[in-house]
Amino acid sequence: MIRFFKRKPSNHPDFWKKYEALFQVKPPEYVGDNRFVILDTEATGFDFKKDRVLCIGAVSLQSNVIDISEVFEIYIEQEKFNPETVKIHGIIKNDKVKTFTEEEALVQFLDYIGNSVLVAHHANFDITMINQMLKRLRLPKLKNRVLDTMTLYRATRINSNLIDRDKNYSLDQVAENLNISVKDRHTAAGDAMITAIAFLKILTKLNKKEKGKLKDLFRVR
Amino acid sequence: MQKTKNTIAERIADFLKRFPPFEVLKPDQLLEIAGGVKVVYAQKGETIFKQDDTGHSQFYVVHKGAVSIQRKDDEVVATLDKCDEGDIFGLRPLFAHENYMMSAITDEESILYAIPIDTFKPIVKKNYRVGQFLIENFASNTETPYSREHRGKLYSDEEMVQNTAELYELQPVRYVKKIISCSKDEPVSKAAKMMSENSVGSILVIENDIPLGILTDKDIRNNIAIGLFPIDAPVKEIMSSPVICYPKGLTIAQAQVAMMKHKISHICITKDGTPHSKAIGIVSEHDIVVSQGNNPAVLVKAIQRANKTKTLKSIRGRIMHLLNGFIQQDIPMTHVSRIMFELNDATIKRVLERSIKKMPSPPPTRFAWMSLGSQGRKEQLLHTDQDNAIVFEDVPDNIKEETRAYYIQLAKKANKGLNNIGYDYCNADMMARNPKWCLSLSEWKEQFTNWMTQPGDDEILLCSIFFDYDISYGDIELTNQIADHIFELSDNNQLFLTALASSALRNPSPLGFFRQFLVESNGEYKDFFDLKKRAIMPITDAGRLLILQHKIKNINNTAERFEKLAELEPQNKELYLSCSYTAKALSKFRTKQGLLHNDTGRFIELDTLSKEEKIKLKRCFKTVSEVQELIKLRFKVHSFI
Repeated sequence: MIRFFKRKPSNHPDFWKKYEALFQVKPPEYVGDNRFVILDTEATGFDFKKDRVLCIGAVSLQSNVIDISEVFEIYIEQEKFNPETVKIHGIIKNDKVKTFTEEEALVQFLDYIGNSVLVAHHANFDITMINQMLKRLRLPKLKNRVLDTMTLYRATRINSNLIDRDKNYSLDQVAENLNISVKDRHTAAGDAMITAIAFLKILTKLNKKEKGKLKDLFRVR
Repeated sequence: MQKTKNTIAERIADFLKRFPPFEVLKPDQLLEIAGGVKVVYAQKGETIFKQDDTGHSQFYVVHKGAVSIQRKDDEVVATLDKCDEGDIFGLRPLFAHENYMMSAITDEESILYAIPIDTFKPIVKKNYRVGQFLIENFASNTETPYSREHRGKLYSDEEMVQNTAELYELQPVRYVKKIISCSKDEPVSKAAKMMSENSVGSILVIENDIPLGILTDKDIRNNIAIGLFPIDAPVKEIMSSPVICYPKGLTIAQAQVAMMKHKISHICITKDGTPHSKAIGIVSEHDIVVSQGNNPAVLVKAIQRANKTKTLKSIRGRIMHLLNGFIQQDIPMTHVSRIMFELNDATIKRVLERSIKKMPSPPPTRFAWMSLGSQGRKEQLLHTDQDNAIVFEDVPDNIKEETRAYYIQLAKKANKGLNNIGYDYCNADMMARNPKWCLSLSEWKEQFTNWMTQPGDDEILLCSIFFDYDISYGDIELTNQIADHIFELSDNNQLFLTALASSALRNPSPLGFFRQFLVESNGEYKDFFDLKKRAIMPITDAGRLLILQHKIKNINNTAERFEKLAELEPQNKELYLSCSYTAKALSKFRTKQGLLHNDTGRFIELDTLSKEEKIKLKRCFKTVSEVQELIKLRFKVHSFI
């Protein structure tokens, strides 16, 4: 076989190789057999280049159960003090929470997510921020498939001309409409938990739980 | 010291510590338990565990939602208990190493915390009070063998689930733990004020926790009202004393007999059952009647007194019970829908009252809460979506948005309250909290003018939703003005009537070419028959259109509309009467289906219908297509049909 492009010999670190290898297996066909990781990030702002991730929170979901002993919550060291991030610093300082470097955080994060399907609200933001972290370590982008609860939620609204189909729904609006309490808004783990409950409720509404096929979820728009 | 943080475990610990037995645990123990919790999401009707299954490695605490505990004996299924927020279930078998003696099934969409028994057991061993709680909890089985065994509370709240009828009188009476009390030297006027603030019929007179006497409505009537004593006389002058006391565990039958014997309406529950120990609760005749009777008058009274969403919700459960009875006894649909309307109406009014009370200030203007759709037509039997809107009095422009903001805030509370009771949010946001449907009187008039003078498809759809409104709360003057405005606009408005007519025909006959039922071809309800879209909506639309042509105000019910039409157009009397019959038959059919499947009854699985039911339905459809024919001719609709 002729190879047109010579692949560079991978000089990626072991943790990446291990992560990458997981994607050689095909994901299970049914929704109920898959592991989902629902995540949220807190960042210093909305600029993909300049801003940094302060905290990643995530919960894992398998067959309708969220295991609290498997909650992921990590705080990342900041190079310089940024007044925007006082709240998070407050958490770290007051609760004496351990912080990690970007690299340490990514090692743990990749190990946690494995080849699970990632779920987030307005997922593009969180995924891009994490990809930027990877880029700074000269690593490729995340390989996981991603679902956005915003898109999924929109599909549960009835198909009517009275509703603006292109409307964007914030996590607060989704939570209000699905009757989810929003006590932990704006902590990464808390938002991830709210998103996870929303995700479960949306799956029920779309009738895609258990026996639904995973690939159908990616077709929702 | 540095540690890793688990925000979610902390929140779960915060939740658990509000309920026994977790309330007595130390923070680190709680956090340990919370850290091992598995959050389980279950949709309505899911089985958490089944009778005779081997015990899971975990027990459950309800975080959100409700779970029915059921036991099946000789094919008879009895609901023994309902667990809601904070209740524990499925724990005893894990200690006793037995299989489950009953099944746990979710009543509604629920979130449960599953707590592994392995993390819980060591803590029980270390903590005397937790152990004590569990022993008391399990021991209460001896009286009513199964009913309380999985329950997580030591005392139950005043209002509870419907009990099985046979054993009812022998069940322990439920008493109100929150005692309204005063001292013996308090002036009667002050005591009376406390009674009316708390909507109770009696107040306990207490000294050092010991009940001295009781002051009831009757005492005030017989002493103050007829002038025997002045209004500021001390309570001790007119109170009834001594108080009739019993220990807790008193059965309903005993309580009733005691009340009759002493000709009293209240019994005090004390620690040892004598008037010399601490008062712990009050049983009133009213509470017994309410817990016993599912009769509409009692239920309305209970709704009006309800001070908690939870109470309203449990009353809703009993209303459903009542509805089931009506349907089984074949009570005429006209009566059933009127009674159900009144009960729904009372519930909505109560929710509104409570929402207003929770606002920081009283409403700034006159306003009205309008129920739309099926509740507006007095046809809502089962829980369906809530559709509602607010109209408020016109105010000067500079304070209009401020006024609207007030009503939106009020609507948010009311919409949420209704949702918690079981009226789902409207998928199309057709709710008063939506700024589009929270308008001033002249904004509403303008809105209807826009809809009716430029009737496109959407405008017609909105019209048909908003035409069937009924005032649930507030000032009828405002809604009448809207109605008058609509009639003015529809007068000789041929364009509008034709558009409304073609929309009434938008759902063609529910039967296919070979007279088979047409079922849904895609979506969540694939292969189900959509009763609402294909049969109920066409007949409702037809009734609305025809009655609007005659400018009849204040008849919103479809069956009643057709009865009125039969009167107005004798030449079509026969058809209209059969339409009226059809409307009632379809509504009954939907209710039966809904009760059977515990849903809105909208979608029907055809295989579950008997031959007779199918024939009945087809007969209804025939009437639907006949009245559609009439509309076609009368309003000269021919395009696209």
